[in-house]
Amino acid sequence: MSKPNTTLIYVAAYLAVFGQAALPGARHWLGAQVDLLPALMVYTALHAGLVNLSLLAVLGGVFIDSLSENPFGISILPLFLVGYVIYQQRDLILRDLPFAQFVMGAAASAAVPPLTVLLLLTGGKPLLLGWGSLWQWAVMTAGGAAATPLMFAGFRWFNHVFSYKIHSESSFRPDREIRRNR
Amino acid sequence: MLKQKNFLAVGAVTLAALLLLSLPQRVTARLKLAVGSLFLPLSGLAGTAQQLPADAADQLLPRRELLQEIRNLQQEIQALKVQALQNASMARENEQLRSLIHWQQQAPWKIKLANVVMRDPANWWRTVEIDLGSRDGVTNNMPVLTAEGLVGRVAAVWPTHAQVALIGDPNCRVSAEVENPAHDLGVLYADGTVDTTLANLTDLSGTAVVKPGQEVKTSGLGEVFPKGITIGRIVDSRSVEFGQSTEARVKLGANLGTLDQVGVLFR
Repeated sequence: MSKPNTTLIYVAAYLAVFGQAALPGARHWLGAQVDLLPALMVYTALHAGLVNLSLLAVLGGVFIDSLSENPFGISILPLFLVGYVIYQQRDLILRDLPFAQFVMGAAASAAVPPLTVLLLLTGGKPLLLGWGSLWQWAVMTAGGAAATPLMFAGFRWFNHVFSYKIHSESSFRPDREIRRNR
Repeated sequence: MLKQKNFLAVGAVTLAALLLLSLPQRVTARLKLAVGSLFLPLSGLAGTAQQLPADAADQLLPRRELLQEIRNLQQEIQALKVQALQNASMARENEQLRSLIHWQQQAPWKIKLANVVMRDPANWWRTVEIDLGSRDGVTNNMPVLTAEGLVGRVAAVWPTHAQVALIGDPNCRVSAEVENPAHDLGVLYADGTVDTTLANLTDLSGTAVVKPGQEVKTSGLGEVFPKGITIGRIVDSRSVEFGQSTEARVKLGANLGTLDQVGVLFR
């Protein structure tokens, strides 16, 4: 994985968390805010190493908790757990297929909110939960699923534009050219 | 080797999370401030970007329309000045009557306007961040409102910004009073997780006669919200716990989903 691409993962996490807090779009129309970090976690688990995965879980969790009423650090473990499970199965996943990306995005986005809520409830925090939370969970799952292939496409484009292309050498060698005389 | 690396990563992340969660509240507040301030440049940029279309629209407004607007505002100012005079004389009269019967004098409200800059990214909280902080004199538990009604209370303060827990958030319980002959008292909770325009008024007495359209105001109990701030109006009510108590749905005056500017009440 190239260095610019790794840096972009962290920049994307920063922008995703800021977008979630500052842009009320989805919350205004659908009553729930879509979480983009699980989708980013899927990409990182399938394309970057374990170190980047761990760093993204810590950074993303800390970013989101700093802007939220969540206890500081509570979002780290759910993100890491989801990323780690995908990372362990990465050889079995057809990572270049948009459908596989969609399914992985849906699974990750569906898993992170309940895990976070479970941790919060274990800590004895009173939360705003009800039947409407099921709708919010469905919106988060669908939003995360839709965002994952887009995120993959975005990173592919970035890689294409900012990485050196592999120079393919020709098999022709002038020193072995057979010169024929007339 | 690979397995050892996996164990190391799992251990390091778990340790980091547990360490952060076990830190004292004062330290985590500082850490939240430090990490949250990384987003300040972006929030400034976003504010400017949101202002740009409004500025462009202002440039396009014809001069005639602007002059008409000024005339309307001048008329409105004159009417409000007359009303303010009337209110001042009534306030004086009120003060005199209060001193005659030895009632406690009411201090006038001082309100500072603040912009809503961010919302809680998690769906299980209902909080917003405003651009006033301890530098501006904001402290914990200050009531936050709009012209339409109560919004919530200040839940956490940093030097340049503060977090406001809105009505319905688990950390913002409001003691409310229904404007009916019995002045029934209840506590305001969220009504569902999606709809931010409604709240649930619970713990009303079983004999409470609550009718749609009746106004709901803060009761002044609990010492966070002063008495008399408008909250909203009753939509409907129902008897619960076999008639032991009554619950009512309240249509909030302020729309919590579209807050742009709020006022922090200084006392």
